[in-house]
Amino acid sequence: MSTATIRSLPGLAALSAVLMGSAIAFALIVAPEDADQGISQRIFYIHVPIALTSYFCFGLGAWKALNLLWRGDQRYDLESYVAIHQGTIFGALTLITGSIWARASWGVWWTWSSNQLVLFLVLFLFYCAYFMLRFSVEEGPRRARSSAVYALFGVVLIPISFLAIRLAEDFIHPTVFTREGPNMTATMFATFCVSWAAVTLLAYLLYRVELAGKRLDADLRELREALQ
Amino acid sequence: MTYLADVAALTRKDLRVELRARDTLPAMLLFVVSVLVVFHFALPEGTGDDAAYGLLWVAIVFTALLGLARAWVPEQEHGVLDGLVLAPSDRSAIWLGKTLATLAFLLTAQAVALPAFVLFFAPLDATALAGVLLADIGICAVGSLMAAMAAASRSREVLLPLLVLPLAIPLVVGGVGAAISPDGQRYLLLLALYDGVFAVLSWASFEYVVTE
Repeated sequence: MSTATIRSLPGLAALSAVLMGSAIAFALIVAPEDADQGISQRIFYIHVPIALTSYFCFGLGAWKALNLLWRGDQRYDLESYVAIHQGTIFGALTLITGSIWARASWGVWWTWSSNQLVLFLVLFLFYCAYFMLRFSVEEGPRRARSSAVYALFGVVLIPISFLAIRLAEDFIHPTVFTREGPNMTATMFATFCVSWAAVTLLAYLLYRVELAGKRLDADLRELREALQ
Repeated sequence: MTYLADVAALTRKDLRVELRARDTLPAMLLFVVSVLVVFHFALPEGTGDDAAYGLLWVAIVFTALLGLARAWVPEQEHGVLDGLVLAPSDRSAIWLGKTLATLAFLLTAQAVALPAFVLFFAPLDATALAGVLLADIGICAVGSLMAAMAAASRSREVLLPLLVLPLAIPLVVGGVGAAISPDGQRYLLLLALYDGVFAVLSWASFEYVVTE
């Protein structure tokens, strides 16, 4: 990673902070109160963007993994790992915010009848196993390829698990996006878009920061070995 | 044709090793019957058949895991895997041979376990049996790849269930659904879809897992 890309990080961080601040302002002040759920519905503007970002990170991790297997370029290994790491962090946040929302609107901290929450629990377990796999194999091309294969299994598991959970449970999660398009007012939709942009940018920033850190770490280790 | 001959030779090798050493199959048989007996005491009186079907699936998944944990041990112990990887055949044949051998062990264990389940707990209809067969294929296909990954790690026995269980959840959903739902066909479709998708993925990615 060149120093120029690292120098762009503070600017990106400032932009992310501004966007996140306006997203919170939008969610708390601008968006109208939901007639059904009242104030607790406002967590939707954080919960759903986090969940979508988490999916996006898992998808990115799998894409980098596919690149690694296809092209054999080792730099994709770290990129895939960092994307999945961010995805797991955002996945854990999805579980936490989803649990809070379930408590506010259904009165329970956990419900097996919410398909999204169950799916995130499955994915969370799956990607925790990814880290277990990664940390118990010797570093090298074989570890990179094993991790990549497991990451690819993850993106295939998402739709199949979703189908399975949907078959297994009754569907009572409030459906906000239907086939007819978003089922909300224009202001609500605008708020949602701002929040989504803010969370995506935050995830991208964290991805870049972690990647820069991990690369510096690897470079440093290489230098140290060369000096010894 | 040579591909199928390679697969057949590899499967035959695993079955022959098992016939001579008897390392895996007796353990799986004893395990699954013991688990069923434990379930009798774990299920309170009057919990109904549905709970028993659920527990049957726990037994099936754990029996499969027991078989899979042993799957690559002979290859690891004597460096056979290196030889197989160097052999002039497609690497995915190694995976397919191992999958078929593990499937044969699992089906043999179930040939005892399922009648025992019917005797102890509840009847199984044709849809439920089809569910068992389809789920067996899925778990052996995915499991033999995961077991190869786990075998290369430091914590192999611990890692395998962690890798396989999240992947086995759709199989459990399909298997239990096929047994208890009046509309079992939909669950069989889910299982068939799972088998198709993950078998192709495992078949295509095995080479990357075993080569250095």
